[in-house]
Amino acid sequence: MSKTAQEAFDNLTHTVGQTQVENAKMRTENVNVFYGEKQAIYDVNLDIGNNEVIAMIGPSGCGKSTFLRCLNRMNDTIPSCKVTGSMTLDGEDLYGADLDPVLLRARVGMVFQKPNPFAKSIYDNVAYGPRIHGLSANRAELDDIVVDSLKKAGLFDEVKDRLDAPGTSLSGGQQQRLCIARSIAVSPEVILMDEPCSALDPIATARIEELIDELRNNYAIAIVTHSMQQAARVSQRTAYFHLGKLVEVADTNTVFTNPQHELTENYITGRFG
Amino acid sequence: MSNVTQSKADVESKERPETTSLVRRSLKKRYAAEKRFRAYGIFAIAASLGFLVILLTSIISKGWPAFTQTFVKLDVELSVDTLGVSESPTLNELRGANYGGAIKKTMRDLFPDASSRRDKKALYALISTGAEYELFDRVSENPELLGTTLSLWVPADDELGAIVKDGEDLSNPDSIVTRMSDQQIAWGKQLQDNGQLDVRFNTTFFENGDSREPELAGIRAALMGSAFTLLITFCLSFPIAVAAAIYLEEFAPQNRWTDIVEVNINNLAAVPSIVFGLLGLAVFINFFHLPRSAPLVGGIVLSLMTLPTIIISSRAALKAVPPSIREAARGLGASDLQVVTHHVLPLAMPGILTGTIIGLAQALGETAPLLMIGMVAFIVDIPQTVTDAATVLPVQVYLWADSPERAFVEKTSAAIMVLLAFLVVMNAVAVLLRKRFERRW
Repeated sequence: MSKTAQEAFDNLTHTVGQTQVENAKMRTENVNVFYGEKQAIYDVNLDIGNNEVIAMIGPSGCGKSTFLRCLNRMNDTIPSCKVTGSMTLDGEDLYGADLDPVLLRARVGMVFQKPNPFAKSIYDNVAYGPRIHGLSANRAELDDIVVDSLKKAGLFDEVKDRLDAPGTSLSGGQQQRLCIARSIAVSPEVILMDEPCSALDPIATARIEELIDELRNNYAIAIVTHSMQQAARVSQRTAYFHLGKLVEVADTNTVFTNPQHELTENYITGRFG
Repeated sequence: MSNVTQSKADVESKERPETTSLVRRSLKKRYAAEKRFRAYGIFAIAASLGFLVILLTSIISKGWPAFTQTFVKLDVELSVDTLGVSESPTLNELRGANYGGAIKKTMRDLFPDASSRRDKKALYALISTGAEYELFDRVSENPELLGTTLSLWVPADDELGAIVKDGEDLSNPDSIVTRMSDQQIAWGKQLQDNGQLDVRFNTTFFENGDSREPELAGIRAALMGSAFTLLITFCLSFPIAVAAAIYLEEFAPQNRWTDIVEVNINNLAAVPSIVFGLLGLAVFINFFHLPRSAPLVGGIVLSLMTLPTIIISSRAALKAVPPSIREAARGLGASDLQVVTHHVLPLAMPGILTGTIIGLAQALGETAPLLMIGMVAFIVDIPQTVTDAATVLPVQVYLWADSPERAFVEKTSAAIMVLLAFLVVMNAVAVLLRKRFERRW
């Protein structure tokens, strides 16, 4: 980092750009995250709007994945992880007593970096969420949910003849779409994606990106990505994280064509990161 | 630009010959090391296979004769006078009848040359004392036989049985190493010539409990004792160990207490097994007054011994389940318990079963702790429940190995074969179960 950039980071007290949107699905205010003594996130304010894809970019270790995982309390399993500040979903406090983490995760789904289908059939993979939450009254309804989710994830045509085949027998890209179908099956309100395409080839990536674009109509989506092109292609807003701070958030177009902060500019022009 | 490329190429071409020769020289060494290592490996496997073959051949060749038994055909006259019962006897009367007398009379009739007391005694010794029980069984089943002459096959005494089974030439007594006298061998020869000797499959061995008479001794009591003991061990140790492993691995907070528990579980695995026997004696028998020599207590003691083995291997199996599966399930809103029961446990099951089978195999071969709770016993009756007095297979092997009669040598080896067969069956069940779980991908 150049000297001026370091100064710019040190002087960064608040995020550049519009952190809040009008119809926020999730809203975070002054969020700090600690792993034991080490602070991973500093004072982040960020909204995730309805029917929008927000991309989170930034160099490795900047805290974007940590932030994403806090949005459905996946970090609860790390005993040393501590979250302060406010995170809400439709105005409900994520870390409040009223919202059970199990319920929260049913409402805020997650797709991981590495495709991780269960060691079960394709059908059972998708049906798992609805089954544990009791979303279907009978087998026919469950069938509908499974078929519908697979269709939405653009996987149905490829697997309709072998729903009983193991989920792990699919190719990497298909597995990732299966994981997306699995998340959709619970009909969440928000889908969090943690570098969903990093393990996939360009063709599979293109399919997933198309899918994300379609899903935007029904869900709020937050996606962490290392590929700036991908962020530019799929998202409406982009947030740039740097060493645990949210540096800039704005319309994707603005961020990529006219970044306001020096650090953002350095990153997207490839001077570091 | 072209200059730069040129000079780079120069540098590389200068370095290359030396690197290549260096690598080539070290390559030879590396391949030699690999070859040596492979040779060690093949030698190690060959050696262990060799030992296994020696062990099995020795056991099987020694134990094989125990599965056959020599029988003598006798035509026993069931006269009321000899048996000392009334014309239409009650069951009690039949029980007290003099079957030995009837058999002895048959033998005397067969060999009238045995006139002195000593000769007679030697003659009677050719037939197993089990013949009387055989006779009683037949008569009590069917009292109409009284007054008739019953032709039946009774077990021969172990000494005669052994030389007949070995195919020794009874006409040449000098060539036979035995405790029998030449006279006895001559009688045996006569029986053989009359077609009154036959070698058959030894059902007694699988039906009887222990006996002082080798030809009547069987493995059934020890087999049942082992089965009951292992049943108790499995029923106690498997659920407790798996639950403990799941709690420690998936739910327990990481703090000083769980560290202490962990260290102690590992320590427990290293405790000599006889200590568990002492504990069983002090706690279960002296304090809780559970029955002595019972598979119940044996099973409890052995499960104490098996617990750490299963816990440690179960924890390893749980740890080996990729965290991504847990995250996936949790991300869909599965509760912690659902994550474990739906995903982690099924994937860890093959490993858990492997640990369980290792633990149970250990328990099956254990004698020391059972020594302390009185399962080293001469058990004639076959245990019917887990509270009956019983012994186990390895203890039976030990007891027979300690017996002086020649026929117990083969029994000892045969008991080892039964023990190994038990183990193989147990392992086969575990492998089958593991296959079933693995089929879920």
